[in-house]
Amino acid sequence: MDLDYTPEEQQFRAEVRDFIHSHLPKEISAKVHGGKRLAKEDFVRWQKILHHKGWGAPSWPRQFGGPGWNAVQQHIFDEECSDAGAPMQLPFGLKMVAPVIMTFGNKGQQDYFLPRIMDATDWWCQGYSEPGSGSDLASLKTRAERQGDHYVVNGQKTWNTLGQHADWIFCLVRTSTEGRQQEGISFLLIDMKTPGITVRPIIMLDGEHEINEVWFEDVKVPVENLIGQENKGWTYAKFLLGHERTGIAGVGRSKRELKKLKEIAHRQTAGGHSLMSDQRFRDRVAQVELELMALEITNLRVISSEHEKKAPGPEASILKIKGSEIQQMLTELQMQALGHYGLPYLHESLDATWEPDPMIGDYYPDYAGPLTGHYFNYRKTTIYGGSNEIQKNIICQMILGL
Amino acid sequence: MNFNYTEEQLALQDTLRRFIAKDYGFEHRRALAKAEPGFSREAWAQYADFGLLALPFSEDQGGLAGTPIDTMLVMEMVGRGLLLEPYLQTVVVAGSLIRDYGTATQQAELIPAVAGGELMMCLAHYEPEGRYDLHHVGTTAVRNANGWKISGHKCVVIGAPSADKFIVSARTSDGTRDEHGISLFVVDRGAPGLTLRSYPTQDGGRAAEVHLDHVQVGTDDLVGELNKGYVMVERAIDFGIAGLCAEAVGVMSALIEVTLEYLKTRKQFGAPLAKFQALQHRMADMAIATEQSRSMAILAAVGAKTDDAETRNRDITAAKAYIGQQARLVGQQAIQLHGGMGVTDELNVSHYFKRLTMICATFGDTDHHLGRFSATLMAA
Repeated sequence: MDLDYTPEEQQFRAEVRDFIHSHLPKEISAKVHGGKRLAKEDFVRWQKILHHKGWGAPSWPRQFGGPGWNAVQQHIFDEECSDAGAPMQLPFGLKMVAPVIMTFGNKGQQDYFLPRIMDATDWWCQGYSEPGSGSDLASLKTRAERQGDHYVVNGQKTWNTLGQHADWIFCLVRTSTEGRQQEGISFLLIDMKTPGITVRPIIMLDGEHEINEVWFEDVKVPVENLIGQENKGWTYAKFLLGHERTGIAGVGRSKRELKKLKEIAHRQTAGGHSLMSDQRFRDRVAQVELELMALEITNLRVISSEHEKKAPGPEASILKIKGSEIQQMLTELQMQALGHYGLPYLHESLDATWEPDPMIGDYYPDYAGPLTGHYFNYRKTTIYGGSNEIQKNIICQMILGL
Repeated sequence: MNFNYTEEQLALQDTLRRFIAKDYGFEHRRALAKAEPGFSREAWAQYADFGLLALPFSEDQGGLAGTPIDTMLVMEMVGRGLLLEPYLQTVVVAGSLIRDYGTATQQAELIPAVAGGELMMCLAHYEPEGRYDLHHVGTTAVRNANGWKISGHKCVVIGAPSADKFIVSARTSDGTRDEHGISLFVVDRGAPGLTLRSYPTQDGGRAAEVHLDHVQVGTDDLVGELNKGYVMVERAIDFGIAGLCAEAVGVMSALIEVTLEYLKTRKQFGAPLAKFQALQHRMADMAIATEQSRSMAILAAVGAKTDDAETRNRDITAAKAYIGQQARLVGQQAIQLHGGMGVTDELNVSHYFKRLTMICATFGDTDHHLGRFSATLMAA
């Protein structure tokens, strides 16, 4: 038992840190640290920088152009990126569809799609949930009918994240209504420019446009965009959900946000002193830190035990539940720290270029703008990616054998 | 002991329930919140017709001599309907302050105008550095031949953008964090040197930064006794807290209803969500939290009329601390039980949740009141 990083790992961390320090554009990290709205270009720009270095796809094996890092190296990379304020590498291409293409796709699909994911040529989004199929995903109804060398797709997907920017969507579609519902699902890759696709924004409770409904009306998809075999899509979908949970603990990000919470608590005043000297508030910060310390080690235990390139087991559900709860606690305390200044809804303060009127800006803290919205927005973390209720079912069934 | 509402109270509740159903639907409310002034003048006129704006004032003052229980009932409906009008600020807080401490002239001038729906008011008290401490007043009022000149900054003054008159706290003696030496003044919205920077709040309401730069007020504008403003502010805010507690209960009751309805209709795995025991127990916890909160809101309403400040503070602060905790549970779980739909702007559940969150952060958050309550244990 040894909790220290090896000298090689420490050397690796230093190398990653140096690179990020000299290559992450300051205007992007300022947005991330300030909780400002990121543009599509910010994500793409950072992805291209990483790709240029050969680090575009930290979790990919060497044969597909990845750096071939083990789980601990990936974790170190994630921590350093988060701490430096790098934009999150969006998972839809890199961590979701790519492993499916690598494992179940054919050579042609691998050669075409994977490099384009790595160098950010294509922005991917996910077509899983439907209005009637959320936790019960296998009941999905979007139809794909084979007509010659095409599928014709009709239906509706929802909770599609950032699909307004997307070039491609990977979809679970129903190709058969015979037998068990899991056995009639196929996995299709669909070009978002295909006629018949409509993307409609869903405005979230914080007023932001982050998710969409995607409608398909007689959308023609070439059969070569089918992954693997027809009606085997559920197997691939489950495989993908396993990969989605890799990194779901969000330890790096939460460490950064904890640091920010402490900075805010030092800057806010209460009782004539800093809010950090208020024991009741400080205890709440301490409590989150305890949770995060435990999660960091649990996360390392899970990823160290992972066999190379294999999706994590049901333990990932523990990471998802605790990770999401910690993220929520952090956003809640950041908001709470603001006191009165948690109330204003200054939507324009999410813009990096916002310069407040001095009569507001002289009093309203520069970090305040996004925090209450983040608290609202982060309620999603216990709902998405398999709600925490579903994760508890998985723990009951797969770990406890209930 | 009697926990029943009177016939009149039930009738008032019924009137408001019908008003909300008919004239204050969710989509209408959403449209109001998006446009200026952020509420409905027509609704305000209706409230005047219903007698709501005259409710807490004595008959001598042209009011209806309503009790704090009447106010509780109204505020619960304000919560249920997510009503945007500045009732709490104008009637419950500023109104009670003038009623209890205003000079005869101020009462004669202001109260009938409030009761008639012609005048909106608000208390501008909190300052950026003071967080929730009521005794923190750095704004100064300097005596001169005509009265006082007030300078300072008041933060996140809810209801300020529509207020015709403000009650502003300012220091006339002692240091920034002393209870003694705070005085209250009526300041006209149009007074030279008074500047507002208005913005919406997270729950669709309106607030402003209120900046005072050598604002001249007259000798007649002093409310109550010089240097004794702390007690007045505390009392007015206690009424405000009691009102917020009732409002929170209204929001929580509405959340229970909409969530229950959602669980009964939404089907996954071939059954309504309401059939899953894990979710049933969650609903049970929310129902318990709401009933316990209702009890504390009653305690706050009854406690608010107590003149003994120590007893009153203890009840009020207990209610705010407790309801804050329960509101957090009910709000967060209502969202969670709605799944993805809960985090959209489209359903009312997120709007109720946001209002609850803002209630928790108004007039002292849960931790502030928990600390205040636990400090009373030391004295005992």
